[in-house]
Order: sequence, then C-alpha cells, then structure tokens
Amino acid sequence: MTKASARNMFIGSTIVVSAILLVLTIKSHQSYPVRTHPENITAQVEWGKKVWEKHACIDCHTLFGEGAYYAPELGNVITRRGEDYVRTVLETDAIQGWGTTRKMPKFDLSKQDIDSLIEFFKWMNNVDTNNWPPNKEG
Amino acid sequence: MNYKYESQRVAYPFFIAAMLLFAGQIIFGLIIGAQYIWPDLLFPAIPFNIARMIHINLLVVWLIFGFMGSAYYLLPEECEGEIYSVKLALLQFWLFLIGGATAIVGYLFRWHDGREFLEQPTLIKVAIVIVVLMFIFNMIMTLIKGRKWTSISTVLLIGFLGLAVFYLFAFFKPANMVVDKYYWWFVVHLWVEGVWELIMAALLSFLLLKLTGIDREVAEKWLYVIVGLTFLTGIIGTGHHYYWIGTPAFWQTWGAYFSAFEMLPFAAMVAFSFKMVSKRTRSHPNRAAILWTVGASVLSFIGAGLWGFMHTLPQINYYTHGTQVTASHGHMAFFGAYAVIVLAMASYAVPNLRKLRPTHQKAEILAFWTMCVSMMFITLSLTGAGIVQVYLQRVLGMPYMETQSHMVLFYGLRLIFGATFAIGLGIYLYDFFFPCKGGECRSDA
Repeated sequence: MTKASARNMFIGSTIVVSAILLVLTIKSHQSYPVRTHPENITAQVEWGKKVWEKHACIDCHTLFGEGAYYAPELGNVITRRGEDYVRTVLETDAIQGWGTTRKMPKFDLSKQDIDSLIEFFKWMNNVDTNNWPPNKEG
Repeated sequence: MNYKYESQRVAYPFFIAAMLLFAGQIIFGLIIGAQYIWPDLLFPAIPFNIARMIHINLLVVWLIFGFMGSAYYLLPEECEGEIYSVKLALLQFWLFLIGGATAIVGYLFRWHDGREFLEQPTLIKVAIVIVVLMFIFNMIMTLIKGRKWTSISTVLLIGFLGLAVFYLFAFFKPANMVVDKYYWWFVVHLWVEGVWELIMAALLSFLLLKLTGIDREVAEKWLYVIVGLTFLTGIIGTGHHYYWIGTPAFWQTWGAYFSAFEMLPFAAMVAFSFKMVSKRTRSHPNRAAILWTVGASVLSFIGAGLWGFMHTLPQINYYTHGTQVTASHGHMAFFGAYAVIVLAMASYAVPNLRKLRPTHQKAEILAFWTMCVSMMFITLSLTGAGIVQVYLQRVLGMPYMETQSHMVLFYGLRLIFGATFAIGLGIYLYDFFFPCKGGECRSDA
C-alpha cells in the first residue's frame, strides 16, 4: 500500500461511515415519538430537567446508566421506590440533606422544584430503554 | 538537541500550565477516591459531584493545553516556518488559562451547568470556542505561510477542527433528555473515540519520526492507516452508547459490529511504534521520551482497546452499563491514550525548549513506571469493584447501597494505588520543574 492509497481509504471510509451515521440519526429521530412520548414533556418536566442540571445530579447519580457511579440510578427510580418515597427523600434533603454512607448535599429545593423533578423522573420512567436495567434495582 | 525555530518556544507555557493542572486533577481525584470510603470528607464544602466535575474538567483542560503546546512545538518543524503569530498564541494561552481557572473556581461556588463533562457555564463555553478558533486560525495561517504541508500537519489540523466543530453540540440542550443524551455523545464520543485519536496519532507519528529517524513516507502511510481505522470503526461505534438510553434497538447491531473493531487503530499504533523503534536508524539520547511514546500506544491499546472491547457488546453491556466497569475503562483509556501522549511530547519537547541535553533520566523513567503501574492497578481495582457490582446488583438484584458496602475493599485498593500514582506524579513534576537538581545536566547552548 502506498501513502496515497492509505489517504484515499481514510477519506473514502470517513465519507461512507459519516453518511451512515447521518441516516441512523434521522431514523433515531423518527423513533422518538413512540419511544420517548414527547407529548408528555410538560413545562413541569422541562423545569424538572433544569433542576436536575442546576444541582449537577449527574455527577453523583446515573440516569439510564450514564453519569457518576457514586449514587443510585434514577432513570427508573419511580418503578423502584414509588413516587411517595422519592418525594420524602427530596423534601428531607431540602431541609437537612440525605444519606449516611453516601452523602447527598442539602439542595435549595422549592416545592415547585420537587414536584417538577418527580414529573421529570416519571417521564424518564416511561422511556423505552430496550428493557434496561436488568432489574428494578438499577 | 535544541529547538530549531524561535517561535516554537511559545509551546513552553502550554506545557507548564498542563503540568500544574494535571497536579490539580490528581488532588481532586484523591479527594473523590477518598469520599467513596469516608463520605464525610470535605462535606459539605466540596461534595462529590463538585469534586468530580473538577477532576474531569481539569483533565480535559490540561490535555487540551498539552495538545496545543504540542502543536505549537511541532508545526514549525513540520511546515518549516515560524508560527504565524506568537502574540496570538500567547493571548490565546492566557485567555484559556483564565477561562479554565474561572470555570474551576466557579465550580467550587456552584457556578456550573448540569450536563456531565459539559458543566462549563455558557459564558465559559463561548470563551472556549473563541480560544480554540484563535488557535485554529493561527495553525492554518502557519501552515499556509510555511514551506511544507505534511500529512502529520493535515491530520493534526483535522483533529483540532473536529474538536472545535463537535464541541458546538454542547450548546444544544433540548428538553427531551433522550435527544439531549444522543447529541451529548457527539461531543464526548466523537472527541475521545474520534478526533482526539487523530491528534494522538499525529503526535505519535511526529515523535517516532524524531526519535527513531525512520522514513517519513512510511510513517505517514501508517498515520493514514491508523486514522482511517479510527473513523471507520469509531464514527458508527458511537452506537455503543445508544443501547439503553431510549434510542432505537438497531443501534445494538450497528454499535456492536463497528465498536468491536475500535481496538484496531490502537493495535495499529502498537505495531507502528514497536516496528519503528526496532528499525530505528538513530539512537536518540532521550530514552524517557521513547518510553513515553511506546507507552502511549501500549497503554491506550490496553485501556481503550481491551478494556473498551470488554464491555462494548450489548449482551455484556446490558449488565455492565453504568457500573464501576465503565470507570475502570475510563481511567486507563484516558491516561493511556491522552495523558501519556502529552507526557511523551512534553518529555521530548521541553528539554529541547530549555536547550538541555537529556543525559540523566532516572527520575523520569522511575516516574513513568510508578504512574503506569499504579494506573494499571487502579484500573484492576475498579474492574474488581465492577465485577462485584454487576454480580450483586445486576444479577442478584441487590439494592445499590447494599452492593456498595461489598465493594469497599476495591475502593480502598483504588485509593492506595491513587496515592502511589500521586507519588509517581510528584517525582515526575519535581524532575519537570527542577531538571538540573540531583543529576547531571548539560546545556547545548
């Protein structure tokens, strides 16, 4: 193989795989109405996502397995613990923080923040994740 | 050895900044490693999430400082001409340092965004884009004004252009978390399993050319084979992140088939570096630089190639996704590929920039082995933790917190090897900043 042919293979394969990525990206978008129920993304769910980001929850927890591994998975937390338990955790946290062997800082969470976060978790809970996690423990 | 073009000296502050930020990264790494065992440590002043975002952001910033410094050192020699504007390079250096430092200090005061690795507030993100564009402008003008445009320069430029272009997806924050995650990977995956590998391969080729005296045609042919394999496998390989995040199931097929071959470019880098070093036509006095260079190809193959392959197939990833197995891979891959290649460039370029002849390198070689062996054991410790976690939590269905109590032994081991890594880094930095203490030191000037 010459340098020129190696270069041409680099250019050619990059064009082909980029085109495939583009097609698969479009096909992914076509699947979201069914898989993610965007009609359920209310203003409250949107606000919940903002609260999630404001406190950098992802740097301790995972969401669909992505994030830090210091605290439990939350994508399916509604299935695992139920809405009432999640509310108790968040309301307790807003007063004094949460946890002993892993410490969740006391976040400045208003009632609106807590309601929105729960709506966000409920929306996440209904996303089709190809049956992941393997069990409800996340 | 000596630098050949006056403007190469602008690389020096970039390497200095990289090393200082590297030290900061390791301090915060030790903090979060310790918080796994002692949750009260520094709590609530610096909770885990803040320390972790600093640990990783410092990594990214020091690596980019290292990439830029490497480029400023390499470009004049490659294109046989001075850097287009040294003033612009220095301005860009200070802007990046101030922006980076502001972001890190801001994190301590809870000024941050909330997407993993992209926690930089929007203002800082804009500053980063401006700095990178200034750098790329300088790079392109240097290449245009230079006498030669080599393949190494071309691949390096594509790498930096890709770094800039894909970072733009960081500004896209859709309300649908699944779409958010999809394009988040366009930054994260297409950086570290895409364009950054081009930067790495270009630096590796440059180092092998300089250190072994091999034929440029041969080196550049290898370079194109490596980067061709990188994009061929890595671009659709993005799909291995799309198995379980709400994206369609067809990604399990595409992601698996392509990402399974993502170790090929790393295997090619191993073959390339061993072949070139064994066929070397000159015996370069900078043995430490050769060690780091070959080390980068070997450790990236282990960390990115083998540890990546270990959990890239959906049948396995179904159980390992989001566990310490991922953390083990992340540590070895980032260190082996990107940290070590920057250290290799620093090891080669900095003595030249100081007009020092590298005659006495025992400290640096000791630092190499201490850091690399420590990182191997950090990786093995986290792999052990991951296996326990997968079995208890994913197979037996034990709750997360209960599972964690069975992993403390491995977290302890990881912290111990984190400490030995820090000792290795201490030896390295002492040698880096005080090169003439303790050993002989001869100047060419």
